[in-house]
Amino acid sequence: MKRQTHRKHTGQRLLEKLQAYLLNHAHGLFSSLGRLSRAPVTSGMTILVLAVAIALAGCFYIVVANIQQLTGNLQASNQMSLFLKEHINEAAGQKLADELAHHPRIENIKFIGKQQAMEEFKANSGFGEALNALESNPLPNVIQVLPKNVLDNREALDALMGEFKQMPQVDFVQVDMQWVERLQAIMRIAGRGVTLVGILLGFAVTFITGNTIRLELHNRQDEVFISKLVGATHAFIQRPFLYTGFWLGFIAGFSAWLIITIMLLIIETPVEKLSGLYNSSFQLLYLSFSEFILLLMMASGLAVLGSWAVLHYQLRQLKPQ
Amino acid sequence: MLRFEHVCKRYPDAGDALIDVSFRLARGEMAFLTGRSGAGKSTLLKLIAMMEQCTRGNVMLDGKDITRIGERKIPYLRRNLGLIFQDYKLLNDRTVFDNVALPLIVSGYSHQDIARRVRAALDKVSLLGKEKKYPLSLSGGEQQRVGIARAIVNKPKMILADEPTGNLDPDLSAEVMHMFEQFMQVGVTVLIATHDVELIHRLGHRVLTLDNGRMLAN
Repeated sequence: MKRQTHRKHTGQRLLEKLQAYLLNHAHGLFSSLGRLSRAPVTSGMTILVLAVAIALAGCFYIVVANIQQLTGNLQASNQMSLFLKEHINEAAGQKLADELAHHPRIENIKFIGKQQAMEEFKANSGFGEALNALESNPLPNVIQVLPKNVLDNREALDALMGEFKQMPQVDFVQVDMQWVERLQAIMRIAGRGVTLVGILLGFAVTFITGNTIRLELHNRQDEVFISKLVGATHAFIQRPFLYTGFWLGFIAGFSAWLIITIMLLIIETPVEKLSGLYNSSFQLLYLSFSEFILLLMMASGLAVLGSWAVLHYQLRQLKPQ
Repeated sequence: MLRFEHVCKRYPDAGDALIDVSFRLARGEMAFLTGRSGAGKSTLLKLIAMMEQCTRGNVMLDGKDITRIGERKIPYLRRNLGLIFQDYKLLNDRTVFDNVALPLIVSGYSHQDIARRVRAALDKVSLLGKEKKYPLSLSGGEQQRVGIARAIVNKPKMILADEPTGNLDPDLSAEVMHMFEQFMQVGVTVLIATHDVELIHRLGHRVLTLDNGRMLAN
């Protein structure tokens, strides 16, 4: 009997300890927020600096993401156009195309005669009337070639191109979508740039928060000393400061999201106008919900990291006198 | 309760603060620590409060060797001590209640326990009813009593007081000393650094005297 009551007692004590611990965390969470709101100018400026740094990285990211979505739709293909020499007439061109259709490395072939090309150009370019004024058709006969499965084999593609160039009827050869490939290479570099700028600005967020917490620690030196003298552990003392760092990062992350969203809203209309001019159904990409959550987590995580590093070092230095 | 064995403390820039100091304090004993300014009183208290470490010798507190105690263990050992300062060292942006509650919050006491113990401590120093006041709205004597309440709220085994009556008039000083005697009677060891010679003689407790870092009378 006695043993049982004793056990219940320790269980209860443990529960009370846990309750006190959680209460302490809750107190740290809200009192640090209260403290920030009591010095609105100072905290506001810090948060603004952090928000601008985060928004800078975020804007760069979303711009690159938007361009990537644009170029991503463009299928890089190795379709080539063989432009035939001027003296080759349509019948000769068609004959050459028929011959090439049996080529083992060619998947598909299409002959576009100069007359057909002229009609298509008139229909699509909007220069219809002006083109009628031309005495003769300046367009060449073209054979469009889609090579077989050599999309990712640069050398095979080059060899095929070389072969076509050697032909006496061919004026020059062009890989139609090569520019897409080049643009995508540029976008890969831009993507890497986003990562680098992100890391750099991440450092900025860490150091700015760390420095803010360092100043805060100095302002509240007495409190730290007295807490130490009544037996507070470092974990206890640094808790409210860590929460302050968390709030700085969290609010800055949210503000950065607001900044990015507002900027996108501002450019949305002109972008739509531009995309309309190209007959494109381009939709401006905003930060998704998961990206928004990630942004908040990274901002508050880095801020806590910066605060923790400073506290870890400074609390050992601060000795009560 | 407390034992110093051939303790030396040398500061790199200020030289020897304590030279070969040895003494013991029994559980429930009350003693005064006196000496001129710079005789080493504060250094001796700092060694007990683990704010400094001695250069040579040993310091034992409650059966534990605290001479070269690890940084991580210090907070837990400090919870056995009640520290009282000449300048009170209260947090002026917190109420009397919050000031006194600090050692309990730090030690992770439950809400109900904190409220009960803080009231009991404030009752002992006759400040019940002033929980919601802020330290700066109190008189010097009242502020010192808040400091004492904070020192005893955790039921420490030992109380260290550094010039606790330094800023108080004789009547208030006598009152504070009377409180210390009450704590002693319930088994708390009390060590008071002071140079109020008249007070010491009137109360007639044990006196430890420091002179230029050496312990004279014991």
